[in-house]
Parts: sequence; structure tokens; C-alpha cells
Amino acid sequence: MKIDFLLNGKKIELDAAPDRRAVDLLREDLGWTGTKEGCGSGECGACTILVDGESRLSCLMLAAQLSGKKVVTIEGAAGDPEIRPIQESFVELGAVQCGFCSPGMILSASALLKSRQYPSREEIKEGLCGNLCRCTGYHKIVDAVGEAARRLKDGE
Amino acid sequence: MRKVFFPRTLDELWPLLESEPGAAIFSGGTDLFVKMRAGSADPGVLIGLERIGELRGIRREGDGVRIGACTSLKSVLEDPLVRSGLKVLETALKALGSPQIRNMGTIGGNVCTASPAGDTLPPLYVLRAEVEIRSAGSTRRAPIGEFITGPGKTLLGRGEIIAGIRVPAPQGLNLHHFEKVGQRKALAIAVASLAALMRISPEGVIEEARLAWGSVAPTVAVSVGAEEFLKGKALTRPVLEEAARIAEASFFPIDDIRATAGYRKAVAGNLLLRLCK
Repeated sequence: MKIDFLLNGKKIELDAAPDRRAVDLLREDLGWTGTKEGCGSGECGACTILVDGESRLSCLMLAAQLSGKKVVTIEGAAGDPEIRPIQESFVELGAVQCGFCSPGMILSASALLKSRQYPSREEIKEGLCGNLCRCTGYHKIVDAVGEAARRLKDGE
Repeated sequence: MRKVFFPRTLDELWPLLESEPGAAIFSGGTDLFVKMRAGSADPGVLIGLERIGELRGIRREGDGVRIGACTSLKSVLEDPLVRSGLKVLETALKALGSPQIRNMGTIGGNVCTASPAGDTLPPLYVLRAEVEIRSAGSTRRAPIGEFITGPGKTLLGRGEIIAGIRVPAPQGLNLHHFEKVGQRKALAIAVASLAALMRISPEGVIEEARLAWGSVAPTVAVSVGAEEFLKGKALTRPVLEEAARIAEASFFPIDDIRATAGYRKAVAGNLLLRLCK
């Protein structure tokens, strides 16, 4: 089945089995391995991608569901002025340890900051509740998202 | 390799349901794909409803609200009609899954999955919601309590889908309450949950009470006995304790990896006590 979509601003057109999972299409067929697979059942958020601006779990999506959509993975973060500050504050505030959850965490944070300009700590926790981190204890992640919100607001 | 279809209109859907009777129908896929991964479902054909615009959207209908079956849980949660009039449903949606799950999952999917732990179900029971069932040639409606016939079982027959949920305005019902007890705050499958909708007089007397519990029986549990008992009384701890004791007769919980039956029964009753000030 022919599948075409926009991946991090780049037009993608490929043939894939329609029941292939979106995460496999991204990682294996296209070699974009920034998107991680953790639990494979929708609980850990490591496979989070943005589809038309909304956070979704690529382990619970079929490749065919990407058709015609605008998809952003962590590889698109550096070039996106609304995601790059989040990535930078994660690095600067030490919100990354093993790094496995970071791609999903950053994309979930980006979806949150699009709908809430000034999130409280509680709102940040709620916005990230679908993403598990087993290293950091979350404090520095919440700090980093708060800092990114300030930077985005100030246009730094 | 499975066959996968994404019809764009209902007119495209009906012949597919006819020609692929064994197909699994899904909307957000957040239940089906987990089951497929675990090996407990292995359909040869998948029909996704996500591209059928007619099945999405929320609008006022009569004195109530009609929610298209494939409206995402997030859209329901953020809808002004839901936020202003259906607080009990809004509260439950906030506790459902995670942002990602709410972006993907749909209200019709939550109803069709018919899990005893489905978070939208107790609110839809107390709101007296009606399910709109459609097929190629007809539309019929059923109260949610009749639509769900068992765990994972519904009235849906071959060639039928849920097109929408109709929720009558809960007029005069001024107390909306939902609480879920799970093993953690986010992404928790309910160990027990309670939705309550009441009409309380200015003097603090319960004029009408509607109660529905999740995860304590094969389907949502209701207790007409407890509802009747509460009528005419004040929301005090002794009154609620007695209502909880009456309601226990409607609980048939199971032991599973999340909790024991005994714990579920105790917690489900105790959830009522939150209603006293």
C-alpha cells in the first residue's frame, strides 16, 4: 500500500504493508530511530510522535494512519522553533539521563506548551503523565519544561 | 498481512461491513492494538473509522448533547457544552488514560469496548445516555445500560456501528461527582470508580440520586436500593454509610492483578463517603 505523509517537513512516499505499525515504519523502513519503543502497549510514551500537532503513540498506530498527515518526530525538533527551546532546556537543566524517554517527553512537552502558555508544575505533570522516565525522578524534567515555557514566551 | 480499510464516508463503510463480516472495527485503536500485540486478538481484516467525518463532532440536540462516536476523548473533554453541562463526564475524562490516549481514543470506542473499567461508562449511566446504533438501512437507540450486555459485549449486531451518544441535559442535578481509585494517578485502570449525580435542595436534602460504579461487576453496577434510600435524606456520613451498605448487594467484584475482590468491594462503598462535606 502506498503511504505518503510529511515527516519533519519532508515529503515521504513509500510502499508498506498497511498493517505495519507506525513505529516500525519510522524506525525500520525509514531508519529514523529517534522515536523509541518501550512497552509497545501505550503505557510508557517513549514512542510519542506529533500527528497534525497532537501527541500520539506510534506503537498503537498503523502505518496507513499516517497517510496524508503532518508528522513530527524528535528528529524534527532541532529545526522547529517551538520544540528546539524545549530540547535545549532539557540538556541545560539535566533533564536527560539515559535518554530513552527524552524524545517522547520532549514531544509531549511541546504538545502541552502549544495549549498552555504558562503551565503550573501541576499542569506540566499532567501534560507529561503519559510519559514514563525511570531515571530522573521527573523533577528536572518538570523544571526543564517550565524553563522552556519561559523561553518560548520571551522569544529567546 | 492483514487487509486494512479506512472508508471516508458511511456510504463507503456499509458495503465493507457486508463484504468483510469478520473485520475488527476500530476508531482510536488504543484497545484493539494492545490486544493484537498481546496476541488476544488477531483479526484478518481491520476497518478504521477515523476518516469518517460524519461520525465526529459534538452538537446540541433537543435539550441535550449529541456526541459523534468517533469524537476523540480530548475533543469531548475540551468541548464547551460538556464542560458547562456535563461535569461528571468531564471529571471522568480527565482521569482517563493520558494525553496521548485521549488524543487517540474515542467515546464510541470506550463504549463499544464495554470494559467494566471503562472510565466514561459510569458517568454515561448516571447521565442516562442513549447509544445511537446505525446500519446501512436503519438507526435504533438503546439506553447505555441495555446496550452493554456484559464485559466486552454489546447489542451491536452484524453490520452495525455506534454512530453517536445522546446525553440528555441533567437538569436540576446540581451535584456532579466522579472518582476513580487506581494503582497510580495517570494511565490507571480503575480498581473501583464511582459516578454520582444528585439533586440537592437548598436545604441540603437529596431529592434525587443516581449512582454508578465501575470495576466492581461484569458491567457498570447500579443500586436502585441505595438511590431510593438516599431520597429525602441529607448528605451525612451515617446516611452515606448506610447507602454504601445497601449498594454492596450490587457489587460482584473479582480478584485480579490490580486488586482483590474484597478490597474492591470496600473501596467502592467507601467512595460514596466522599460526598459528605
